Amino acid sequence: MNNKNLYDYILGIADNSLILGQRLGELCGHGPSLETDIAGTNISLDLFGQVRSYFQYAAQVSGDENATEDTIAFMRIERAYKNVLLVEQPNTDFGYTIVRQFLFDAYHLLFLKELEKSTDATLAAIAKKSIKEVSYHWRFSSDWIRRLGDGTPESHERVQEAVTDLWMYTDELFHQTDADKAMIAEGVGVDTSKLKDSYYKMISDVLTEATLAIPEGNYFHKGGKQGIHSEHMGYILADMQYMQRTYPNMEW
Amino acid sequence: MTLEIQNIQPHLHSILESVSDPEIPVLSIMDMGVVREAIEVDGMVHVKITPTYSGCPAMDVIGDDIVSAFAKANKKAKITLVLSPAWTTDWITPRGRKALEDYGIAAPLSPEADKEALLGNKKIVKCTNCGSTETHLVSQFGSTACKALFKCDTCQEPFDYFKCLK
Repeated sequence: MNNKNLYDYILGIADNSLILGQRLGELCGHGPSLETDIAGTNISLDLFGQVRSYFQYAAQVSGDENATEDTIAFMRIERAYKNVLLVEQPNTDFGYTIVRQFLFDAYHLLFLKELEKSTDATLAAIAKKSIKEVSYHWRFSSDWIRRLGDGTPESHERVQEAVTDLWMYTDELFHQTDADKAMIAEGVGVDTSKLKDSYYKMISDVLTEATLAIPEGNYFHKGGKQGIHSEHMGYILADMQYMQRTYPNMEW
Repeated sequence: MTLEIQNIQPHLHSILESVSDPEIPVLSIMDMGVVREAIEVDGMVHVKITPTYSGCPAMDVIGDDIVSAFAKANKKAKITLVLSPAWTTDWITPRGRKALEDYGIAAPLSPEADKEALLGNKKIVKCTNCGSTETHLVSQFGSTACKALFKCDTCQEPFDYFKCLK
């Protein structure tokens, strides 16, 4: 097996959780209520836990004896991060935070249920473990979509705006890089093109129940998976990497 | 119960029993079901533990605590973290469930218990303070990854519920 493809494939999965976890972590102490604040940071913690498992594995297959979960998380340049654009979008308000979570959780859950069947035992084990956690994330975000959508006129309007705005980042979830294609061919990777219909059905059902309109736009942004990120990414990395760049090899 | 996949040599039991969960001190790691294997080979005890949640910060502490517990018994221990099979709340022993309840944390029921509470369908999570089932879910995420926050409508006390993970 080509380890470079496997390495890129693992990063393609884990970077989504890393950057989304970082975004949620920004809300620590700034959530709109104590419960949602704690929920956001709990989800962030689950995602970071999963990321650690992925990066430890990536470090093993990297062929670089100096690679560790920390160097992979903190010492790459922007172009080397392979997360989708959706997860780097800012916490504009609670509506945006929840919609971003909701649009990602649905994908994440469908993806992990397939990754669980991977011929790669490590990825299958991480997936199996993560499904249990991500089921809770999905329940949390989809419940909030219902509450906000079917809530007050104000909450309805604002969450609708977030749905309409973030919709253009959904298609990228199903784009396949060369590493993705190679790993699918080997039975390691998940053929995400087969998940697309279930994904849009899964989110449309909740949006309809929440009395929200399903956006009709058919223009979609892409680029994150190739390392071409939105203007937000640099700020996230500046925050994330400050300590590691300023004090190389620091220890607690 | 999936306990058959646990492989712990009998003479190591009592040492492992003495290590408690740092976040829920009344619960030993054995009752929690996180120890999957403990085998002594040539003076080295190989212990496999599995995380309750991927991001659980207690796992590192548990690993360190196991090493020092064995050190007190003049044994060296090596800890390996295993993900598969994934931990489930079914692995909490009956004694562990009782310890949780006595400590004020409602023991896990079914995967649907907190959802039912949220939607107001069935009331099955019992208040650990007064025993009433007139309780409601305040938040699916509580003070640690493994707990949800409930409130009792009868005695008005808030309490933790150990989320069911299957």
